[in-house]
Amino acid sequence: MRPVSYSRVADVATAIGTVAADPGSAFLAGGTTEVDLQRIHVSRSRRLVDINDLPLRQIEELPGGGVRIGALARMSDVAQALPIRRRFPMISQALLLGASPQLRNMASIGGNLMQRVRCGYFRDVVAPCNKREPRTGCSALHGVNRGHAVLGTSEHCIATHPSDVGVAFMALDAVVLTQGPGGQRQIAIDDFYLVPGDRPDREHPLAHGELVVAIEVPPTPMASTSLYLKVRDRESYEFALASAAVAISLHDGTIDDVRLALGGIATKPWRARRAESVLTGAPATPETFTSAAEAELADAIGHGMNDFKIELARRTVVRALRMVTGDPQLHDGMAEGLLSEDGSGPADGSGPADGSGS
Amino acid sequence: MKSYVEAASAVQTADTAVVRGPNSVVVRLSVNGTVRNMLIEPRVSLLDALRDRLDLTGAKKGCNQGACGACTVWVDKRRVLACLTLAITCETREVTTIEGLSDGVDLHPMQQAFVTQDAFQCGYCTPGQIMSAVAFLAEGHAADDAQIREWMSGNICRCAAYPNIRAAIRQVRDDAATENPDAAG
Ligand SMILES: Cc1cc2nc3c(=O)[nH]c(=O)nc-3n(C[C@H](O)[C@H](O)[C@H](O)COP(=O)(O)OP(=O)(O)OC[C@H]3O[C@@H](n4cnc5c(N)ncnc54)[C@H](O)[C@@H]3O)c2cc1C
Ligand code: SF4
Ligand code: FES
Ligand code: FES
Repeated sequence: MRPVSYSRVADVATAIGTVAADPGSAFLAGGTTEVDLQRIHVSRSRRLVDINDLPLRQIEELPGGGVRIGALARMSDVAQALPIRRRFPMISQALLLGASPQLRNMASIGGNLMQRVRCGYFRDVVAPCNKREPRTGCSALHGVNRGHAVLGTSEHCIATHPSDVGVAFMALDAVVLTQGPGGQRQIAIDDFYLVPGDRPDREHPLAHGELVVAIEVPPTPMASTSLYLKVRDRESYEFALASAAVAISLHDGTIDDVRLALGGIATKPWRARRAESVLTGAPATPETFTSAAEAELADAIGHGMNDFKIELARRTVVRALRMVTGDPQLHDGMAEGLLSEDGSGPADGSGPADGSGS
Repeated sequence: MKSYVEAASAVQTADTAVVRGPNSVVVRLSVNGTVRNMLIEPRVSLLDALRDRLDLTGAKKGCNQGACGACTVWVDKRRVLACLTLAITCETREVTTIEGLSDGVDLHPMQQAFVTQDAFQCGYCTPGQIMSAVAFLAEGHAADDAQIREWMSGNICRCAAYPNIRAAIRQVRDDAATENPDAAG
């Protein structure tokens, strides 16, 4: 790791002012992305501004059924928080299925939104990479791209967005609250994540020094029976090959309303709008689910090693929909081991994590 | 659906933060209940500070990138990875390492259970496994083996001593439940 200087700040205004004034500086939250990337010289900050003392850790219920999550709340604390588990089980599951318990104790929600891609060439400073070094080319296009994206790609970058909880936020139309040198902003999550296009180095619309202060999830009654399904090479401590966050509202076997977003297969957490429109108003049957999955993946492009992800994504969509609609033919152990069914596990002694995973 | 980017009033900001480094600065760490001062650069990880400055070599460097758990220690009683933590960020926190777990020569019950259950081969991952396991039981998700597997997945064992590690954890869990039935998780 190259030399860095260090400042610890106690209030939001100083945090913003300090980073905004120094182009070589960066915020430091849990450090699980920033320290890692500094060490391999992908991040080249000369000064780290430690924001962990800022009062941004609260998880608050909002009137009407929404929730506001402070940017410095830890992944582990958000996953266990009662309002999250009751109202938005998909958020809790997406968090608990990510990283490891140690990393979740360190990593903040704001940092999670801002995490960088896991593309091996991005992490290897000698490899051409448009995201790390604009206009040098993309090594993954014809390289080892098994983990790469099939939706939202461009000829300039095909890296998968790695966040799990970002997928749940995308399904739930979350809003990112920021504060920066230019003032406060509310950014819809879909506008917060950018597809690479011809500027893969730009991943979000934030200015240098603009701080994520909170994420707000609007009231979504159907999300109380939502789930996050993650498919990966090993059962735990691994990024997704394909994942789906889904919430559904059924009436007499017909889908009234549905939210569906996909992870592991796209350059940003991917809202499956085409699938949603096939599903809405249709009978909740495996045939409907299959048509929805096909519609969503119709434009998917494989790059050789990752061709399998197109079919894997379809199957993940169908399976997630079957799980959330309680298909009796599924005996799925997906959420096995996350939290106790009898609620004895988490320190808050509350009920089961979800009504869908068993 | 909301799709908006909204701007509001500008905030008063200034760069008034104290800058330390990049050269060595005095960093004051409280480790296993003892306060220690050391002269280190801000870029030094907690893992390197513990191992190279304080001679606490229990925590191991496996991957140095968050992928193995060999460096697991506690910061303010929570299990974290020392390799991705900068030492300077821990100044107002309490750090606990495997060296701080035993009571003098009396092993912590989890250390004893690892010996009894033969829960290691080469032993490289063991300090991290034990620090993780003790914190994990305190977190209270150890109802069954599926939970032990899931909540201990952050500690990789290259020798695959997993069945014996799970046996050690079950032993400590069950002994604690017998001794203190009310606190059983
Ligand atoms: C081995 C490993 C496995 C992982 N597996 C998963 C996984 O399965 N699923 C998953 O979703 N994630 C996974 N992660 C990623 C992990 O979740 C992120 O690294 C973490 O969430 C980042 O949060 P942090 O607080 O540590 O951020 P930091 O590392 O402190 O910061 C990350 C970046 O965001 C900036 N930043 C931080 N906070 C703010 C803020 N409030 N406003 C503006 N900018 C900010 C920093 O300047 C930095 O550029 C994994 C990471 C590792 C190392
Ligand atoms: S896929 Fe994106 S991140 Fe990976 S090498 Fe290509 S440009 Fe870089
Ligand atoms: S050395 Fe820290 S996780 Fe591997
Ligand atoms: S005992 Fe050898 S790595 Fe675990």
